[in-house]
Amino acid sequence: MTELRELYQQVILDHNKNPRNFGKLDNANRAQEGFNPLCGDHLHVYLIMQGDTIEDIRFEGSGCAISKASASLMTSLLKGQTMAQAEALFGQFQELVTADTNAEIDLAPLGKLAVFAGVREFPMRVKCATLAWHTLKAAMDEDATPVSTE
Amino acid sequence: MTTAQAPSPQPPAAAAAFDIEKVRSDFPILRQLIRRKPLAYLDNAATTQKPQVVIDALSRYYSEENANIHRGVHFLSQQATFAYERARARVRLFLNAADNREIIFVRGTTEAINLVAQTYGRAQIAAGDEIVISHLEHHSNIVPWQQLCREKGAHLRVIPIDDSGALQMDEYEKLLNDRTRLVAVAHASNSLGTINPVAQICQLAHARDIPVLVDGAQGAPHMPVDVRALDCDFYAFSGHKLFGPTGIGVLYGRQAILEEMPPYESGGSMIQKVSFEETTYADLPTRFEAGTPHIAGAIALEKAIDYITALGPARIAAYEDELLAYATQQLMAIPGLRLIGTAPEKVAVLSFVLDQVHPHDIGTILDAEGVAVRAGHHCAQPVMAHFGIPASVRASLAFYNDRADIDALVAALHQVTEVFAA
Repeated sequence: MTELRELYQQVILDHNKNPRNFGKLDNANRAQEGFNPLCGDHLHVYLIMQGDTIEDIRFEGSGCAISKASASLMTSLLKGQTMAQAEALFGQFQELVTADTNAEIDLAPLGKLAVFAGVREFPMRVKCATLAWHTLKAAMDEDATPVSTE
Repeated sequence: MTTAQAPSPQPPAAAAAFDIEKVRSDFPILRQLIRRKPLAYLDNAATTQKPQVVIDALSRYYSEENANIHRGVHFLSQQATFAYERARARVRLFLNAADNREIIFVRGTTEAINLVAQTYGRAQIAAGDEIVISHLEHHSNIVPWQQLCREKGAHLRVIPIDDSGALQMDEYEKLLNDRTRLVAVAHASNSLGTINPVAQICQLAHARDIPVLVDGAQGAPHMPVDVRALDCDFYAFSGHKLFGPTGIGVLYGRQAILEEMPPYESGGSMIQKVSFEETTYADLPTRFEAGTPHIAGAIALEKAIDYITALGPARIAAYEDELLAYATQQLMAIPGLRLIGTAPEKVAVLSFVLDQVHPHDIGTILDAEGVAVRAGHHCAQPVMAHFGIPASVRASLAFYNDRADIDALVAALHQVTEVFAA
């Protein structure tokens, strides 16, 4: 039960129940679709880019608590950030959720994303946690094909 | 060559109650603790566990009997050939097929269906023809036909299901017409458990001379199968879902149809005579078994069939029905739980969703309690779409499951509610 509580932290449950920045962004100038065919998680990430800066970001879709909370927290952290900052945070986030369970991790630069530290105990859930981020990356890179985590 | 003995008749069910403790002790994997909890293995529609006799047969084959078949003059090769062909005869009895030549060993149900699509399908289906499948099919009984239709300019027609997950038979009847060339349906649905009225499906198709393929992946493990009583033209199943090894499966085909089918893969074994100008093909069933087959797998599958035959398929079905009724009742008592698939005739599969909690989260929490289920679309996305859900949780039972497994599932579901109520 301890690992489960670590995975399903209050913040994650709250973002799952009340996702922030949820819904379509009508005047988005970048959009991308992502899905995890294994479990059916499916979302869209919408961006308004002003030069290199993410002026606005929203998402919509359906998925498990981990994927929804991850998308919600991602969108709330990235508004006003540059692409480079977003990519750097993605890198740190990916390291966090895939780290060896005994490894020491510096949680400071991750801010609120530290609540996802429990994901590394559940390798099957890494794709859930990173789906929104992969989709964001593809949106920023203007990839033509939807993101699939398979 | 001798054929396997017919199984001895079962004692009356009342005289020999299902000894669940004895049965469980035959499956070594069930003794394990998973995440410090006793394993409640409820993912049997994905694959089943193996009794010790199957594990021993694999081990014995490789330590004492291994040789290639159908070619060596030496002792071990003769023994291996004998054992492989005895396994084929055992499968024939299990399915009540008329002839050993109607039993083709393949890798599994997927390969069996692809074999029929690639040989029978390619030879018989033309532009404008129609193939009928059902809304309940596993992707493996959809995609090969879809591809064939695309290649030939033929059309896929789908038997709809009702809200309980049962086939709409009146709609099925209406789908059959002069352009229908094949019907391909599951014996039982892997995602909902619905048992389809296969005999009736065959009867209606045969009235129009349309052959029927039955995907028996979820049928053979749960109920007695008699291909002559069903009167189907093809019946496919996987060894690993029938308590046997992975990588071995069976395609039954009616001899008259198999005789007319072009070969599938080509190469060694499936030939009679080869020159650079011409090749003549081997007789049935070898014509469809190119290359060295999974000999150990076939031999161990025979042991799995012996094992379930000794338990008695009818007794297994009765035991599972009782357990399904108990599980259904227990799950229905959980607030916010919705069962998906409530057809009157079901194998022991319970597909469900919980209000406000995604199946994937449920699967993780159940796993932490030692309860193994499947969370996802179960390779049946059209079924999920029909019920308007992206995924479900599926608990699929086998005869070695007991009420304690169901109780563990229910207790773990209460944990889910607790975690998500926070």
